[in-house]
Amino acid sequence: MTFDRSFFRIGPARLFVHAMVLLIVIVWLVPTLGIFVTALRDKDQITVSGWWTAFSGSTQTTAVRLDGGDKAQQDGPNYVISGSVFAAAGSLGKVSAFGVKAQDPSAFKAGEPADIGNGETLLINTDGSYKYTKNAAFEDTRGKRIYISVASPPAFTLQNFKTVVTGEGIGQSFINSLTVTIPATIIPILIAAFAAYALAWMEFPGRSLMIALVVGLIVVPLQMSLIPLLRLYNEIGSFLGVPSKTYPGIWLAHTAFGMPLAIYLLRNYIAGLPKEIIESARVDGASDFDIFVKIILPLSFPALASFAIFQFLWVWNDLLIAMVFLGTGKDELVLTGSLNALLGSRGGNWEILTASAFVTIIVPLLVFFGLQRYLVRGLLAGSVKGG
Amino acid sequence: MIWQIGSALGAVVLGVGACAAYFLFSNKLLDFALPAREGDDVFVASRNLRRRSIIRPWLFIGPALFLLAVYLVYPVIATFILSFYDKGGEQYVGLANYQWAIGDREFRQSIFNNILWLAVVPAACTFFGLVIAVMTDRIWWGNIAKSIVFMPMAISFVGASVIWKFIYEYRGGNDTQIGLLNAIVQLFGGTPEVWISIPFWNNFFLMIILIWIQTGFAMVILSAALRGIPEETIEAAVIDGANGWQIFWKIMVPQIWGTIAVVWTTITILVLKVFDIVLTMTNGQWDSMVLANLMFNWMFRGGGDSGRSAVIALIIMLAVMPIMVWNVRRANQETGDH
Repeated sequence: MTFDRSFFRIGPARLFVHAMVLLIVIVWLVPTLGIFVTALRDKDQITVSGWWTAFSGSTQTTAVRLDGGDKAQQDGPNYVISGSVFAAAGSLGKVSAFGVKAQDPSAFKAGEPADIGNGETLLINTDGSYKYTKNAAFEDTRGKRIYISVASPPAFTLQNFKTVVTGEGIGQSFINSLTVTIPATIIPILIAAFAAYALAWMEFPGRSLMIALVVGLIVVPLQMSLIPLLRLYNEIGSFLGVPSKTYPGIWLAHTAFGMPLAIYLLRNYIAGLPKEIIESARVDGASDFDIFVKIILPLSFPALASFAIFQFLWVWNDLLIAMVFLGTGKDELVLTGSLNALLGSRGGNWEILTASAFVTIIVPLLVFFGLQRYLVRGLLAGSVKGG
Repeated sequence: MIWQIGSALGAVVLGVGACAAYFLFSNKLLDFALPAREGDDVFVASRNLRRRSIIRPWLFIGPALFLLAVYLVYPVIATFILSFYDKGGEQYVGLANYQWAIGDREFRQSIFNNILWLAVVPAACTFFGLVIAVMTDRIWWGNIAKSIVFMPMAISFVGASVIWKFIYEYRGGNDTQIGLLNAIVQLFGGTPEVWISIPFWNNFFLMIILIWIQTGFAMVILSAALRGIPEETIEAAVIDGANGWQIFWKIMVPQIWGTIAVVWTTITILVLKVFDIVLTMTNGQWDSMVLANLMFNWMFRGGGDSGRSAVIALIIMLAVMPIMVWNVRRANQETGDH
């Protein structure tokens, strides 16, 4: 394009664009990356270091007690206590620094003898072995309290996933999400496709009014529907003696709420199919049902796929409808509901939250990257949509 | 586990099967009840064919019409009526619920916050979307960049909330800050804060989440619109000596006003209904309440108050109304053009 060359003809401007886009990409990518990395980290490391340091390991400061004066051995004029700081707790990693005051827990570097006053010298090696020397006898039989900074190597694990899938009910929620999502994606496509064909190619009174109604209903906020429907479901439930919160109940709710956009998108597409095909099929004596099943459905595949992806993402990611139309018991929750519940009950346990979030968002992300083409096409066709 | 998967699978097949069976059998039944086979009386056959073509559209559109009526049209009317009734929906109370709303601090707070969201989020998404669309169209790896900006569209609001809650995470005392934002603040010598509990400003921290999700949508649509701009208009501007800035604002933007309006209104409607983010991040605490969450709370608060809840829903509906009218008029024009 000529425009290209003139707009960013000079080097610095072009470089600036590259830099800006790179910055934007980083800003957009980093939040999700944080969750993915954290979900794979050891849960003890998550709380002591930021996830961006995950690959360089973490440094942890702990207090340990050296051996008491009774373990001292005389060495010429000096008394020496030696041993390992990890004797009690087992090795935590490599000691990088140590200190004797809580205010300055990493005052001295590991491997170098430090003069800690009072005629005392302390040497702690990276492997944890120490040598505590004094120019007179140790009086205290209680060991000295010191602080060490321990660098632990990066630790990655799949344990967090095991915990959430079996222990936190995420596995059950995954199945529930699928049970809600699959019918709530297929049923509206079927119903909307039939309606869209009727609105595009069949003659009946009130047709244009119905098209206007569908467009109007696209933007009606869900909130308007919740109260009457909740009451209706409860009444039907108690009338028939069945629970009011069932899978068919939520399938129908999702189907209905997705219906206006589905009809709108599919009607636009089906109305644009060549007239000759449909008319020649009619002349050959095919009924509208045959035409629909044998001609329209196969030809509309791109539009059906676009809407299917929308609806799938929408249902899978929905929280509000699931909260209202499905039970809130632990084995009834869908993934978004579980995640919401965990945010309340496990607020600080990031190993659980991040692993659960990972399980929740991985399916839509795979769908997204696999079928992005259809998604974009659908967006462009339905940009009248209100969500 | 196996049993759960099996029963889930059974439910799926049953649900989808029932729906497919309706269309198949209702149409077969129609053909069977009004036969028009060769060899039949010509008059009867043509009459039956005519009747079929009158009935069949309703078989096709029936289920959709039923669902729209029960799940959308009826509730809109019922919600309107319920707003004049008491919490159980039994006693007529006139305008009492509306009076309550006007006097309620939380309600006014929600209105204020919603206006704040409306002022910031659609504008920010459209602006970033446009800028990113223009920039990514000019570089060879633009499509990869677009994919990444578009990606949050696939993530649920709840998932996005967890992602961002982790970024805003605060650790007290001398603990290492594991939230990215506080770590950065600390790096530059600032003091870490509990960002989502600072009244007024926390709204913006929640808005960032929605902007992060929705910018990709704006970018995709605006990028397509930008590609539709005739090149001659830009070439002419270049020849006339316009610089990049002028070309962008005076040539490109005016030609895509229509698309910008669509993007803006679509995000506006989304913002009016924002619920999940506020629920999971603050649940309306620290003055961050919005209408959709207040409405949901009143559905269940104190045993549920359908009257107050309905009033709040109506306010959201009222705000959507102008966009709805605009959409219908635009769609009518389009069908008229056909």
